[in-house]
Amino acid sequence: MALVHVKGKNKGKVILYALSTCVWCKKTKKLLTELGIDFYYVYVDLLEGEEKAKVLDEMARHSSVRSFPTLVIEDKTCVVGYQERKIREVLG
Amino acid sequence: MMNDANVTNDEVQKLYARLDNEAEASGYHLNPDVEHTRDLVRGLLINEKRYGYWACPCRLASGDKEDDLDIICPCDYRDQDVEEYGTCYCGLYVSEDVLDGKQSVEPIPERRPPPEERKRVEQVPPAISSLSLPVWRCRVCGYLCAREGPPGVCPICKAKKDRFERFI
Repeated sequence: MALVHVKGKNKGKVILYALSTCVWCKKTKKLLTELGIDFYYVYVDLLEGEEKAKVLDEMARHSSVRSFPTLVIEDKTCVVGYQERKIREVLG
Repeated sequence: MMNDANVTNDEVQKLYARLDNEAEASGYHLNPDVEHTRDLVRGLLINEKRYGYWACPCRLASGDKEDDLDIICPCDYRDQDVEEYGTCYCGLYVSEDVLDGKQSVEPIPERRPPPEERKRVEQVPPAISSLSLPVWRCRVCGYLCAREGPPGVCPICKAKKDRFERFI
């Protein structure tokens, strides 16, 4: 999968499912970067075909809403939307 | 990977000004946070080049216009969201309270039903009526007009013809 790695403090495996055109995704990515967290992100709107379907299935395992941004921590905690306080709580 | 469409600052500025004029002329308001709004306008232009229409920058478009009609900006959910939360889903359009600085723009929940539910919402067949003309409703802003067919562009919110449904 086309995950991009942003290096930082290890807080477990953090994956950000985002859209390249989405402002809330941009804010979430900025917050993670400011917090200095080690994370991976993927722009789902830039994927095609099977790869896109695979990533959407993966997202659906964590959240039925399947909206963006979706943040998954350690394959168990899921934060949907740019919830600044909650993200700081979980990762700060 | 898809190529990211090239959008110039000039294109962004032009569309920003146009949307702002149209919004103010019809009782709507763009988000006064210029950076936020500019990013969204850029997203609209990228999606126009990518899909051929203004799919919401904060939602995943399918690329099939028929499936994406409800999320073409202004989306079917804008008015309800601005009414309830003071902002639409992406934060392009806001309420007067936000414009006046009385309320801030926060992320809001997605009102668009998930794909499984969307498929079930088929158009209700129009009721039999004795009116001389059918009534068309703009699904974006609720504007109604009685004429043979829907107008090319909604005179209130500028949504295109395909956003109208037969109401009566």
